[in-house]
Amino acid sequence: MRILVVDHNPERASVVRQALVDIGGYMVEVAPKAGDLLALLRTAQPDVLIVDLDLPDRDTIEQLRIATKERPRPIVMFVDQSDNSMMHAAIEAGVSAYVVDGLNAGRVRPILDVAIARFKAFDALRQELDQTKNQLVERKLIDRAKGILMRAKGLTEEEAYDRMRKTAMKEQKKVVEIAQSILTAAEMLR
Amino acid sequence: MNGDLTPVRAGFIPLIDAAALIVAADRGFAAEEGLRLELTREVSWANIRDRLALGQFDAAHMLAPLAIAAALDRDRPDAAMLAPMALGLNGNAIVVSAALHADLGDTASGDLSDPKVTGVALSKVIASRRKHGAEPLVFGMVFPFSSHNYQLRYWMAEAGIDPDRDLRLVVLPPPYMADALAKGQLDGFCVGAPWASIAVTEARGRILHFGVDLIARCPEKVLAVRSRWAADNARTLQRLVRACARAAAWCAVKEHRAELVEILAAPQRLSVAPDTIGALLDGRLVVAPDGATRTHGQFFILDGAGSLRPDRRHALWLYAQMVRWDQVERSATAAAAAATVYRADLFDAALTMQDRVAEDGIGAFSGPAFDPNDIGGYLAALKAEPVA
Repeated sequence: MRILVVDHNPERASVVRQALVDIGGYMVEVAPKAGDLLALLRTAQPDVLIVDLDLPDRDTIEQLRIATKERPRPIVMFVDQSDNSMMHAAIEAGVSAYVVDGLNAGRVRPILDVAIARFKAFDALRQELDQTKNQLVERKLIDRAKGILMRAKGLTEEEAYDRMRKTAMKEQKKVVEIAQSILTAAEMLR
Repeated sequence: MNGDLTPVRAGFIPLIDAAALIVAADRGFAAEEGLRLELTREVSWANIRDRLALGQFDAAHMLAPLAIAAALDRDRPDAAMLAPMALGLNGNAIVVSAALHADLGDTASGDLSDPKVTGVALSKVIASRRKHGAEPLVFGMVFPFSSHNYQLRYWMAEAGIDPDRDLRLVVLPPPYMADALAKGQLDGFCVGAPWASIAVTEARGRILHFGVDLIARCPEKVLAVRSRWAADNARTLQRLVRACARAAAWCAVKEHRAELVEILAAPQRLSVAPDTIGALLDGRLVVAPDGATRTHGQFFILDGAGSLRPDRRHALWLYAQMVRWDQVERSATAAAAAATVYRADLFDAALTMQDRVAEDGIGAFSGPAFDPNDIGGYLAALKAEPVA
């Protein structure tokens, strides 16, 4: 079975591709946001199409659902009437699937399962990465503000941090916000 | 206080005709009706349709023909939707590449502002290209079930062009149009505001016609809800329609223009330069790369008589276009199903006397709309009215 993965995120696409190759030995091609999607579909002739929901290209694919004259094997949206929860899961994960008309839904299900799982895992990973990056930035801001306080008030590092923390609690703000105010004020007073 | 509001989730595509829905959410009209209208910006009509069908959205800014197509889709009966309100009329434009514009200019016998003249010129360009063995022209539109598609086809067919045989019509998302035109992948397209102007400035295209040059009052987007949701949430639906109708009326007041532009330009809404939005609302578009503009008061009609109340004739005209271009079968059942997507009764039920525009020219506080062509039917309907 031939699968085409259309995803604007090349890293995620390659993760999905690898997983599909691993589970079923599917033939998987990957395309980034499509230039000429219809031409690509004609040359790749996929049986299943996995599409990133953030791509406006879905509307282009819809043309194939309707233009039966255009193509011998029309692609239709995968709707398992008995199982709406699958569609919910897919949309929440940000993935959508189309299959060639007549393909047994049972054969498509494991493919979509994999795509959903990989999309989800990829999102979680990215969130984690963003969080780590943010934390690093925040740490640096706090350290710089601490340095300013220590110099200005002759405090130890611990005392400087303690003072920022107490102010944060009193003003119901985050420590990093207090640190940012200190940095801004120091900049203006320089 | 927010806890007392009924949540309503709605999806929209960043286009000028999402204005009523956006203003209803952002200017307090929904809250006044006791609703917390949560808007989600989407990138494709397919996403909007699916999320509405699956119940992830309660309501949506929707292509009118797509709502009708969903009602006629036998594969997905659960996806049936209805339109208790239209979100304005018009707003599209036909753009052609500089090269095609020059060819049309050379071929045309008459004024290029006349769609009859340009249609005939286009058929001559097509014939000449065929004679010289050139590739067929490629035109873009935004969705198979869209007035953009039907406007292009109508214009071409009036000049004897068969859009399925004489050229290629492809679906392309609006943000890709300008790029495809610049790269020579497209020779022209029909798209909604603000994308036509963007193609002129970024891809040196030319606006050949405003949609209103072809169809004076073209149905465009509707407020769509799932039929089942409408049945289960009748009161919420009434409030939603009222909020959107009042928002549309607010948008139409000149004094609110600056605030309206600010609301629509916001990053989470259209995310388009305020000047561009202001010009569009005035119906003033840059039509040529040299900066020439053209203004038409009816380029986009948001609020006016007959632009918000679902008009059965609009639903049936769209259905006729679908039949004409082999998208749906022609049958009395299908026609009836198409017509009943447009629910003027729900619109009327939602509005109070002061909101109502006298669509029939009379504006009675209760009873059927007056139909001058069917006085007998009007009198019969009056008699049949139940006395509450």
